[in-house]
Amino acid sequence: MEKPTNRVVSAIVENKPGVLHSVANLFRRRNFNIESITVGATERKDLARITITVNADEKTLDQVVKQLAKLVDVVKVAELDPNNIVPRELALIKVNVPSVKERADIISCVHVFRGRVVDVSPDSLMVEITGTSDKIDAFLNLMRTSGVIELARTGITALSRGSQSISVGD
Amino acid sequence: MTKMSGAKALIQSLENQKVDTIFGILGGAILPVYDALCGNQNIRHILMRHEQGAAHAAEGYARASGRVGVCMATSGPGATNLVTGIANAYMDSSPMIALTGQVPSRSENSSYMIGRDAFQEADIIGITTPITKANYQPRTIAEIPTIVNTAFHIARTGRPGPVLIDLPKNVQAETAEVEFTAKIDARGYKPATDPDLSSISQAAALLSKAERPIILAGGGVISASASDELAKTSDMLMAPVATTFMGKGAFPEGHPMSVGSIGMHGNPAANRLMGEADVLLAVGTRFSDRATANLNSFAPNAKKIQIDVDAAEIGKNIDVDVAVIGDAKISLQMLYAATEKKLQKNGNGSWAKRVKEVKEKLSPLLKESSKELNPKSLLSELRKLLPENAIVTTEVGQNQMWSALYFKALQPRTFISSGGLGTMGFGFPASLGAKVACPDRAVVDVAGDGSFQMTLHELACSVAENIPVIVIVLNNSVLGMVAQWQRTLYNKRYIAVNLGKTPDFVKLAEAYGAQGIRVGSIPEFQAAIKKGLKSKVTTVIDVPISSEEDVVPFVPPGCGLPQQVGDY
Repeated sequence: MEKPTNRVVSAIVENKPGVLHSVANLFRRRNFNIESITVGATERKDLARITITVNADEKTLDQVVKQLAKLVDVVKVAELDPNNIVPRELALIKVNVPSVKERADIISCVHVFRGRVVDVSPDSLMVEITGTSDKIDAFLNLMRTSGVIELARTGITALSRGSQSISVGD
Repeated sequence: MTKMSGAKALIQSLENQKVDTIFGILGGAILPVYDALCGNQNIRHILMRHEQGAAHAAEGYARASGRVGVCMATSGPGATNLVTGIANAYMDSSPMIALTGQVPSRSENSSYMIGRDAFQEADIIGITTPITKANYQPRTIAEIPTIVNTAFHIARTGRPGPVLIDLPKNVQAETAEVEFTAKIDARGYKPATDPDLSSISQAAALLSKAERPIILAGGGVISASASDELAKTSDMLMAPVATTFMGKGAFPEGHPMSVGSIGMHGNPAANRLMGEADVLLAVGTRFSDRATANLNSFAPNAKKIQIDVDAAEIGKNIDVDVAVIGDAKISLQMLYAATEKKLQKNGNGSWAKRVKEVKEKLSPLLKESSKELNPKSLLSELRKLLPENAIVTTEVGQNQMWSALYFKALQPRTFISSGGLGTMGFGFPASLGAKVACPDRAVVDVAGDGSFQMTLHELACSVAENIPVIVIVLNNSVLGMVAQWQRTLYNKRYIAVNLGKTPDFVKLAEAYGAQGIRVGSIPEFQAAIKKGLKSKVTTVIDVPISSEEDVVPFVPPGCGLPQQVGDY
């Protein structure tokens, strides 16, 4: 058996109530695993984009795409080519700051990772960082020694590079 | 533009879709629609006794006629009682529209509204999302015509299925300007029609060289009205035709090349030949577990071609060599044309001879049936007593599997049963729906006493609405199929299968104003059917049978199709 890997599926859906429910429900009902799901606006007001990361082998991924395509409110859906994808995630991380020295260390780490400090309090810092999930994982690993008080990650959103696109014409 | 209520707009939209029958039960939250139906000359409303019956009747109507069946219920419990019937239609790909009332989407001075846990509120949109092709809840009156058009379009095209429209009471009751157009609003819905040419030529290449081709016809052949094309293809290829349970009737079972249904309780001839074929042409089947049994020994020697209108069925349960995504009728026409040109008629008839030999050796239909009244003799006899176009529905369990084995379906849409969901209680209300769709044809429900008791209250509907059908109750006083499993797979540890002293079905029928007849021999059975066919009221024929009778042969769970056990 081929080992399942994380794959990113992008779906353009009707921007109306109930669509997220039917998509999420489909994953539960068909026994597919969602690693992350993000929903947001597209270049068109009447359409939304759902970006789903699934842990799947080739056969399961084929079913994920086909079953999504069957939903009436899914206008277009495809896997984003792993070799041609720009995946991004945003994380807000509240880090414990036990001392002034550690504060300086943390801030220099934030700079190396091109993050931003967005809130400062006497014994904590809030950091905003975007990038691939691996980059965020790496940053989080560094922060664990100081202590992560609170974490919010958005999950992956993504587009294909260059001329490849999953969009709907007028 | 005309000013009218949402309820009137709904009824007008249904008429525009040529709806002539609605099976339903009313209630508070659907009253405006019923009010708009008052005095309507074009739509017959049939008052069922339970909403589950309404949904099954609508499905029976749809499957007998090929038209979209319509059922209706009020909010809350009315809507949730439809759920089993909607799930059934979804599993068996039957075109159906379910209309439900809903509490108001807004109200000025009361909490009687969506989201407030109002009286008889249920989230039927949420509940039915995984068992409908689509569902809608109009929030304005103006959108009703487009939603109805879209719902019918989705229900009847592509792979058919149920669509639900949930109507908030205020949207039914208020008035607004409404415009009726043919507009459909579903840009994400793209049902397949014509298949890709390259897939057709690949399939033709395999078929033209096949030495032992076999065709497996599923319910999709019936949905697509592709029986003629299927028969032509079989004839050209000299290929035997097996069906799935849902495909029963897609190919006339009296035909020399018909080998019956495959599956756990399939015809042994069909199961055997599946294992011997070198090319399998599967049309409109989803390769259900009950049809294929263990996948490792399913047609292991065959290159597989799968025609399906639903792309998601390709690769879902089995891997195939060639996938043809398209309408079964169009695909078979194209495949015929493409194969005919290439066909190598090198066959010395050895495959046809083998088919004949296997049928003679293994087919339970060809063995002489006994003079005693038992399920096998009764069902063979029933075929002789009914016209070719008679419609047979079944319940679920032994009655169903015996019917599949011993009753030959000769035309499409004449064998209607709950295949996917396996809903006990389906057959009787479905028979009423079928009779309403085809009033000039005989309609018979083959039932067991367990299943019949799940929906027999619809006897009241059948009598009150003058829908005469025949119900044959194979009465063994047990839940026979599970009893058989407990007998054979659980070492006779029986629990919860004994129905004790079952009710007197003759008296019960009479209590409802129907006709009841008890039979104990083949001549009595013959006379009862003849009487039932002439009757103006529904006839219940009670047939006491042994409680130890098994459906055999049988592919035990986990085994492959060729590993059928049991003397038959």
